[in-house]
Amino acid sequence: MTTSQGTIAFPQPSPTGIVRWLTTTNHKDIGILYMTTAFFFFLIGGIEALTMRLQLGAPENNLLTAQAYNQVFTMHGTTMIFLFAMPLLVGFGNYLVPLMIGARDMAFPRLNALSYWLLLAGGLVLYSSFALGGAPAAGWFAYAPLTTSQYSPTHGMDFWALGILLAGIGSTVGAINFIVTILNMRAPGMRLLRMPQFVWQMLVTAFLMVFAIPSLTVDAILLFLQRNFGAVFFSATQGGSVLLWQHLFWFFGHPEVYILILPAFGIISEIVPAFSKKPIFGYAALVYAGIAIGFLGFTVWAHHMFAVGMSPLADAVFSLDSMIIAVPTSIKIFNWIATLWGGKLNLKAPLLFAAGFIALFIIGGFSGISLATVPIDFQVEDTFFVVGHFHYVLFGGTVFALFGGFYYWLPKITGRLLSEKLARWHFGLMFVGMNLTYFPMYILGLSGMPRRVFTYSMAQGWGTLNLISTIGAFTIATSVLIFLINFFTSQRKGEKAGNDPWDGQSLEWTVSSPPPAYNFAHIPVVSSRRPFWDQKYPPAGSQPAARVEVEKFSGERLSEGSFWPIIVALGLFIAAFGMIFSFWVVIPGVAVVFYGIIGWFREHF
Amino acid sequence: MSQESTASLEITSMGVDNRKLGVWVWLGSEAVFFSALIIVYIVMRNNSVSGPFPRGTLNVSLTAINTFILICSSLTMVTALSAIQSGSQRGLWRWLVVTMALGLAFLTGQAIEFTSLAHQGLSLSSNLFGGTFFTLTGFHGAHVLIGVIWIGFVVARALRGGYTQSNHLMVELAGLYWHFVDLVWIIIFTIVYLI
Repeated sequence: MTTSQGTIAFPQPSPTGIVRWLTTTNHKDIGILYMTTAFFFFLIGGIEALTMRLQLGAPENNLLTAQAYNQVFTMHGTTMIFLFAMPLLVGFGNYLVPLMIGARDMAFPRLNALSYWLLLAGGLVLYSSFALGGAPAAGWFAYAPLTTSQYSPTHGMDFWALGILLAGIGSTVGAINFIVTILNMRAPGMRLLRMPQFVWQMLVTAFLMVFAIPSLTVDAILLFLQRNFGAVFFSATQGGSVLLWQHLFWFFGHPEVYILILPAFGIISEIVPAFSKKPIFGYAALVYAGIAIGFLGFTVWAHHMFAVGMSPLADAVFSLDSMIIAVPTSIKIFNWIATLWGGKLNLKAPLLFAAGFIALFIIGGFSGISLATVPIDFQVEDTFFVVGHFHYVLFGGTVFALFGGFYYWLPKITGRLLSEKLARWHFGLMFVGMNLTYFPMYILGLSGMPRRVFTYSMAQGWGTLNLISTIGAFTIATSVLIFLINFFTSQRKGEKAGNDPWDGQSLEWTVSSPPPAYNFAHIPVVSSRRPFWDQKYPPAGSQPAARVEVEKFSGERLSEGSFWPIIVALGLFIAAFGMIFSFWVVIPGVAVVFYGIIGWFREHF
Repeated sequence: MSQESTASLEITSMGVDNRKLGVWVWLGSEAVFFSALIIVYIVMRNNSVSGPFPRGTLNVSLTAINTFILICSSLTMVTALSAIQSGSQRGLWRWLVVTMALGLAFLTGQAIEFTSLAHQGLSLSSNLFGGTFFTLTGFHGAHVLIGVIWIGFVVARALRGGYTQSNHLMVELAGLYWHFVDLVWIIIFTIVYLI
């Protein structure tokens, strides 16, 4: 960013209405698109979860057939991972990262839009399967050879593979954008070790995406070639490997776990100090712990595969390695507790959700360590114990952090405060409902109830715990409903948030709510880890931070938007359907992509 | 592309242009992509239950010529870049056209190779060797094709005088990609044809 003298030329008003949203390249608009889309998929995935819980609520229930149940749990998992949790975290990142590092936009605004449209295209390809011959029905992990055409004859898995490819390209492009933005677009004085924790965790997450997703891409390509071109990668009778899929998938899939939790850690690391009125305890330790988790995350994939029959040595190595991850994770948890310790606690909704996160994530983490122990894993593999474990870390962890983040940052995004009373109801019901839903799964798993079965017999005695779990799921649904009511009423009747409703510490609270399109009229100069806090409450004996008086602002990065990103995504969307139904349709799809790329580069942006 | 002149004046935190940093990170992701394909090939190539098998099927000398062509194209790409760095617009587009021609020659060689392999009964579905071989070399070939098209766009702009001694980032980026694709091929050639 230049700091030379010049005039401030504020950008022309953007197009309005639908055209604005189709062509926007502003990071905040794209963040809102990501968050809205992801929340919509959260509701769909939630309805799928409720359907499963209704089916399992009583023994020998016949609400769903086995085949329908398979489709529902596959789509639930795929939706929640790829279309809800990842894009919602990316949406937060999109909205917040430039604001937090003192930038006016992401490094590549149009690529940012392309990432979003590719995510949406991937989601639509995946969900169109319901109408076009049946959804995928082999689990979100899509194990081949179960997913080869011999065992999954409908087009469902083709939709899965292509939907995941599209969303994966979008995520990779988005991750490159985050890395360049965070490394290259920081305001003067915003050194790496002064960046907010959330930005740090987004940086590590972006590296995980860039290096993990290609493994899934290769896997999906191999599967697609086997299903549609007669390749034999996964056919044991042809010498193929039944474990190839699993290795490639989990080499992506385990870093993916950290892609889903590290930004959540970042959100918690923002909320906890802001609501304790203290600096975060152990800033550097939190950063290095995040980096360590990122590295280790690439080395533990085979702990998902203990039961497939690897060598005892491999089992031991992956087991120990997995347990080591508990160390950096514990560092984070101790640092949050130490930040809360002795703080002036402001027990508002964001802190409630953060505290809930810490408690539930510890429970989920402990069950994770027990699963990393090979003999225990042999015993509970493919039971509901595993389902309980990952819902404690992903629901108790990621989802709680996301709702904490909503209560913390929605006032910044919408300009309106949410009702604290409804927020408490939301938190209370969600906390109780979450434990009612998932804790019985631990017990059910230990007593032998397998995952992915559509029903069980009365004699097995699992009815009561399953009923409790179903009641819990509807309690969660009620709490989400309360959140929605809270959100929509706050938009009409909510108190104005003002710039800084929480007495915040970082730069996003220095600008209006919602922030102007260009974020900062003056690019801030940063001289500490809590730039806004230190400006409001200067440390004794310090000079007030210098400000750049006039910032040359040509508005070049804030154009009126571009149609080309959505056109490129549309071309790939058409090509994806062509890949499934008729290769002749691929040609116009690719032509549209080319048209989009040429327009992209000819555009004065 | 059109904002090149303004954007290159901007000071970034790391002192490197955003687009260059972005391309480096992207190539890192591509490296994982090809690593996965290469590992799949290494693990599976000798597991085919029926022929054709790698030994005796692959035409090493034809591919060696093809490899030489691709290495030369990296050299001409370097020459093109150094031409514009010393201000020669004519040198730039001429050497880029040579690079494109070499890239197309490589693709032609690959097409000849694929056709002759197909006549020997090797295909994506013939066995594991065929499946992993065509997936790996096919995706590499697709990357070469994308590179040729990319350089084509750069040439079109170069002919209109779009690059100058101080302003030719897109040439550099196309070059980065081209060298990466070339490097991947050298690894593929070593592993698939020589070892």
